[in-house]
Amino acid sequence: MSAAAPAKSGFFDCRDSFAATIEALAEADPRIVTVVSDSVGSSKLNGFRTKFPDRMVNVGIAEQTLVAVGAGLANGGKVPFVSAASCFITGRALEQVKADIAYSNVNVKLIGQSSGVAYGELGPTHHSIEDLAWLRLFNNLTLIVPADPWQTEQAVRAAAAMDGPVFVRVSRMPVPALERSNPVFEIGKAEILAEGDDAAIIANGTMVHRAIAAAKALAGEGIGVRVINMATVNPLDEAAILAAADTGAIVTVEEHSVRGGLGGAVAEVVTAHEPVPMRIMGFPGFVPTGSAEWLMEHFGLTAAGIADAVRQTVARKR
Amino acid sequence: MLQNDVLSLIRSKALWIRRRSFQMVYEAQQGHPGGDFSAADILATLYFGVLRYDPKRPNDPTRDRFVMSKGHCTGAFYSVLAAAGYFPEADLKSYMEPLSKLNGHPNRNYLPGIETNTGPLGHGLPVATGIAIAGQIDGNDSRTFVLTGDGELQEGSNWEAALTAGHRKLENLTLIIDRNRLQQGARTEDTASLDPLDDKWRAFGWHVEMVDGHDYAQLLGLLSASPKGRGKPLCVIANTFKGKGVSFMHDNVAWHHGVPNKEQFEQAMAELV
Repeated sequence: MSAAAPAKSGFFDCRDSFAATIEALAEADPRIVTVVSDSVGSSKLNGFRTKFPDRMVNVGIAEQTLVAVGAGLANGGKVPFVSAASCFITGRALEQVKADIAYSNVNVKLIGQSSGVAYGELGPTHHSIEDLAWLRLFNNLTLIVPADPWQTEQAVRAAAAMDGPVFVRVSRMPVPALERSNPVFEIGKAEILAEGDDAAIIANGTMVHRAIAAAKALAGEGIGVRVINMATVNPLDEAAILAAADTGAIVTVEEHSVRGGLGGAVAEVVTAHEPVPMRIMGFPGFVPTGSAEWLMEHFGLTAAGIADAVRQTVARKR
Repeated sequence: MLQNDVLSLIRSKALWIRRRSFQMVYEAQQGHPGGDFSAADILATLYFGVLRYDPKRPNDPTRDRFVMSKGHCTGAFYSVLAAAGYFPEADLKSYMEPLSKLNGHPNRNYLPGIETNTGPLGHGLPVATGIAIAGQIDGNDSRTFVLTGDGELQEGSNWEAALTAGHRKLENLTLIIDRNRLQQGARTEDTASLDPLDDKWRAFGWHVEMVDGHDYAQLLGLLSASPKGRGKPLCVIANTFKGKGVSFMHDNVAWHHGVPNKEQFEQAMAELV
C-alpha cells in the first residue's frame, strides 16, 4: 500500500502515491531518474530531490525540452519519469511526445499531473481535458488513468517494469481508496467494481467513485449496473467492453472532453461490433472557470447525473 | 592512423557520400541534395575521424552518439551510416520506396545507428541534451554530437535546450551548426536573421568555435579534441555552402529539395571526382 497521507479523512491525493512509489522504485533501481520543468513541488517530488539530488533533472519552464530530455535520458540507459502539469506536458510538447517518445518508441514514462479540471479556477488554458484525445492517437503509447492511490502506485510500478513509452494521468483531486475484494492491476485489463446486467458504466480516474455511487442508487430501483474501471485507455480491454455491450446499454464517464477520450475509445470498439445505445459523459469542450467540484456539478458529472444518464440509456435499449 | 591518412580517408568518404546520396535523390526523384552536400564533409569527419562506435554493437552503452537533427538530409545520413558499416550499401537502393526502411526521414526502429527519430526541426539538440545529461550522471566519457541546420535554429525548442545544456555545463555535448545560410525558401538572414550567431551561443553559456565546414583538418582538430576540462558545451559554427561540390548547385536555394534530371545528374557526377 502506498505511503500517501490522507488529504482529509479517508481521502487521498494521488500525487502523494506517485511520489512515494517513485521514491521506493528509485531506491531499488539506480536507472530511475525524474525530469521536471520547475514542477518539483506540484509533482510532490521534494522528497525525491532530497534523496536523489543527482537523479533529478530540472530543465526549467521548458516543456518541449522536458519531454525531449526524457527521450535522451532513455537513450543513455536511464528510466526517466518526466513529470509536469498534464495540460503542458501534452499540449505544449505534443510534437515531442509524438516524434521523440512515441514514434521513436523509447522507454520514457510521462506523468501528467493535476489532470482534468483540477485547476478549475485557472481556466481552460490550465484544464487538461484534451490530453487523452491527443495522446490516444499514438498507437504505441500506453495510457493509464488511475482512480485511487493504490491504483496510482500500481500504474507507476507497471510503467517502470515495462519497456516502452507510457503516460500516466494523475489527478490532484482528493479521492477515497476504492474497496476491492481481489486487488489486481494489469496494464490493459479493466477492473469490474460492481456486477450488473441491465447496463454498464465504464469510467476511469476521479469518475470511478461517482460511477459506483450511481450504481448503488440504481440498484435500489432494481437496475443492475456493472461498473467498469477502465484505467488503461491504451491498450483498451476490448473484451470487457464487448461484455459490457451485452448488457445493452453503456454509459462512459470521464474527467475529460467528450471528444476523443475514453468514451470515444469505447465507442470505436462498440461500433466495430454490434452497436448498442451509448452515452458519453464528460465536458463539452472549453468550459467556464470554476472550481473542479462546481464544474463537475454544473456538467452533471455527479452520482445523480450519472444515474440519470443510465436510466435514459436503459430506456433506449432495443 | 597518421593524421594525413585520416584526412585522406575522410576526403574519399565525403566524395563517396556526395556521389551516392545524389544518386539516391536522382533515383528516388526526391530528397534534399543541397543540405546533403553542405553536411557531407562534417558527416565524413565525424564517422571516419571522431566518433567512437561499433556498427556491430549499435546499442553499446559506451558509444559516442550522433544525432542528425536536420533529418531531411537522409541522403547524406544514410550514405554515411552505410559507409560506416551499419547496413549494406545495397540497401541504399530502396531509398524512399514503399515499405523501405530508408524513410524520407530517419527512423531508429528501422535502421541501426539512428539515435532518435527526426524530421520536424528543432528536436535533435533537446534530445542530445538528454543523452549528454545521462552521461554526466554516469560520469562516463561518452560524447554526444548533434548536427542542426541553421534555419532550424529558428525553432524555439533549440533555445530551451541551449539554456539547459549551458546551465548544466555539458562539456560532453557538441553542437555542430551547418551554417549554409540558406533555408528552404530564402537566405536565413532575409527570413528571420540569426547573426550574430556566435554571440547568441556564448550568451547561453556555450564555448563557440567558427570553422570552414568543408575543411577536414579544421573540423577534425576541433571535433576530436578532448572536451575534458572545458566546462561548457561546445558549439561549432561550420560555415558551409548548400550544394557544395557541384557548380550549378553551389549556394543555390533551388537545391534545398531540388531533384536532378538526367543531364544534371551526369554533370554532377562528372564534377564529383
